Amino acid sequence: MRHTIQQVFRSGKFVVGFFILVAMLLIVIVYPLIVTYPPLQIISQGTFFPPGIYVNVYDSIGSTRYTLNLENAAANRIASKLSNNDRHAMKDWLVAAGIPENEIDINDTEQLLGLWKGNYDPRVNIAGMTNAQRNYYIRLNNSLQGLLSTEAVIIAARNADIGALQEAGVINPSDYVNVNQVPNVRVLPLGTNSFGRDVLTELVKATAVSLQIGFVAGTIATLIGLTLGLLAGYIGGLVDDIIMFFTNLFTVIPTIVLLILISFSIGQEKRGAFTIAVVIGFTSWVWTARAVRAQVISLRNRDHVNLSKLSGHSVAHIILTDILPYIASYVVMALILQISTAILAEAGLSILGLGPKTTEVPTLGLMLNWALIYQAPILGKWWAYLPVILTIVLVTFSMNLMNTGLDQVFNPTLRE
Amino acid sequence: MPAERKVCLSGSGLTKVFGFGRRKTVAVDHVDFSFYEGELVSIVGESGSGKTTFAKMLLGLLKPTEGEIYFQGKKRDISTQKKRKEYWKNIQAIFQDPYSSYNIFRKIDTVLLDCIHMRGGRGLPRAKKLEMMEEACSFVNLKFEELTNKYPFELSGGQMQRLMIARVFLLKPKILLADEPTSMIDACSRATILDELMQLRDEIGMTIIFITHDIGLAYYVSDTVYIMERGRFVEHGSADEVILRPKGAYTRRLISDVPKIYEEWDLSTV
Repeated sequence: MRHTIQQVFRSGKFVVGFFILVAMLLIVIVYPLIVTYPPLQIISQGTFFPPGIYVNVYDSIGSTRYTLNLENAAANRIASKLSNNDRHAMKDWLVAAGIPENEIDINDTEQLLGLWKGNYDPRVNIAGMTNAQRNYYIRLNNSLQGLLSTEAVIIAARNADIGALQEAGVINPSDYVNVNQVPNVRVLPLGTNSFGRDVLTELVKATAVSLQIGFVAGTIATLIGLTLGLLAGYIGGLVDDIIMFFTNLFTVIPTIVLLILISFSIGQEKRGAFTIAVVIGFTSWVWTARAVRAQVISLRNRDHVNLSKLSGHSVAHIILTDILPYIASYVVMALILQISTAILAEAGLSILGLGPKTTEVPTLGLMLNWALIYQAPILGKWWAYLPVILTIVLVTFSMNLMNTGLDQVFNPTLRE
Repeated sequence: MPAERKVCLSGSGLTKVFGFGRRKTVAVDHVDFSFYEGELVSIVGESGSGKTTFAKMLLGLLKPTEGEIYFQGKKRDISTQKKRKEYWKNIQAIFQDPYSSYNIFRKIDTVLLDCIHMRGGRGLPRAKKLEMMEEACSFVNLKFEELTNKYPFELSGGQMQRLMIARVFLLKPKILLADEPTSMIDACSRATILDELMQLRDEIGMTIIFITHDIGLAYYVSDTVYIMERGRFVEHGSADEVILRPKGAYTRRLISDVPKIYEEWDLSTV
C-alpha cells in the first residue's frame, strides 16, 4: 500500500495535477478566512465595473496631499483621455473637413490637438455623417476641453448657513495622495459582474460549491456503480441479468437529456446545490458499473478467490477483501473522473438555466449563466466569464492529469 | 493396504458442460469414481482433458451439470454457505500456481489465522495461536519468525507452495486435492514438496487426490491411478497395474511421452 502511494507520487503527471488541485482547495479554504466579505453582496451600482483598485474620491480630497513632479504626468493624462480610436476619428473628421491627410500625425498629440482646436466646428456639416456620429464628435470635443491646461481645480463645498458655495481646497495637476492613507480603498482584482458583485470573491465561493457538487455527485456515482458492478460481477446469474438490464437502459439514454428532464421536473424552487449533485450522481454511475463488473468477472475465478472460499469466508468478506483491493486502483481513477465530469455536468446544466436556484449560492456554471444572460461576451466584459472558464478548465484538467498519471502507474503498458 | 477400505469420496455420472449449442464443450463426461480413505489417488491426463474442471467440481467451486457426488457415503449437500463451510473443513486444495493462489493484500499471518479460525480456534489465546502457526511452519521447514508480517509475494514459489501445505496442516482435512502442485516449481523444490505432502498424509491420515500430467510422477507417489482422456476416465486401477501393464492406447502414449530419465528408473524395474 505504502509502496503504491510512493509510486503514484513519482508520476510527474499525477503530481502536477495533484498540486493544482490542492492549490485550488487551499485557495478555496484560505481565501474566505482572509477576505470576509459576503460573496453575494451587491456592491456596485451599475454592472461590469472593470478590474482594478477603487479609491474613494471623497476621501482622497481630505487626505494629505503630496506634490510629485513627474515628467510624463501630463502625457499620461492626455493619453488616458484620448484613445487610439478617438485619434483615428479625429483624423477622419479633419480629413473630411479638407485638411490634407499627410499633414496629420495621430501620434503627435500636441499637433493633433492644435489642428483640432483650429478647425473643429460643431456646426459644420460633413456629407454622409449620421446624427449619432455628430453627437460623438461633440462629446469628444467637450472632453478635450482643458486637457492641455495646467490650471488648478477648485473644490467647493456648500456652506450650511448661508447656502453659498465656498472654496474648500485647490487641487494642482501635480498633487498626489498616498493610497495607503485613503481610508476607503477596495481592490476588485476581477471587477464586478452583472449584479454588481465582486467577481473574485464570488468565484472563490462558486469554486468551493462546484467542488462540493463534484465530490458529492462523484462519490454517489462511484458508490452506486461500484456496488452494482461488484454484485453483478461476483454473484452473476439472474442478479447480473437484472442489474445489466437497468445499466443498459441507462446507457442508451444520453445522460444530459436525463439530467435536463429530471432537473426540470424537480422545479426551480427545490433545486439546491445538493439536489443537483444528487441528480448528477444518480445519472452518471453507468460506466463505472459496467467497468467494475467486467473486472470482477475476470477476478472471481482466480485461485486466490477460490482459496478464500475454501477458507470458509462469506460472500461479503470475499468481495471486500479478495475483489475490492484488486480493483481499488481502478475505482480511485473512476472516482476522480466522475468528480470532474460532475463539475462539468453542473456547469452544463446551469448554463441552460437548470442549475441550482440563483439567490443563495453561486456555482461556476451559474456564474457563466449570469454572464451569458447579461451579454458579457458581447459587451467585452471578459472578467465576468473568462476567469470562470479558466477555473473550470483548471479543475477538470488537474483531475484528468491525475487520472492519466494513475493510469500509467497502474497499467505499465501505458508508460512512456 | 487394509482389506476393508471405506469409500471416502465417490461420484456417479458426473458431467460438466460449458456453453451450449454449437459451442458446447463437454469438459467432464459422465465419470464414475470411488476414492478410498487414506489412499493417494492420481488423476493423470493431458492438458485440456478436464482434470482441473473435475477437481473444481469435487471442491464444490463449480456446479456439476449432471451427476452426484457422495461424501462418506452420503449425498453431498452444499446448498447453503453454512453447509459449504462444513464441507470445506473436510476437503481442501493446493493449486497449481502459487503466485496467484494468495491474496496479495493479506499478510501470511492472516492466511494461517484463517485456518485456525476455520477449525473453531477463534477464541483461543493469542499465544496458543502463535504456537500453532509456528508448529505448522516448522512442519514444512519454514521459520515463522521470518514469515510474520510479510506478504506471500515476498516468498519464492517453493516457499509459497510449502506455506500452502502448512495451511493444510492446520486445517487437517479428510481429503486434499492437489492440482499439479509442483508443476510451477523448480525441480529441486519439487521433491521436498512431494516429501512434505507424503509426511502430512502419514501425520493426519488423509486422502490425497493428486492431479498431474506427469505419469512418471504419478507412478512414483500414488496407490491408485485414474487416466483421464477428453473428460472420461479411460482406465483406472493400482499404480502398478495401470502403468506397468497399460491396456489403453492413450495410457501407453502418456507413458511413452515421459522423458527418458524417468523411463530408465521407472520402467527398468519391470
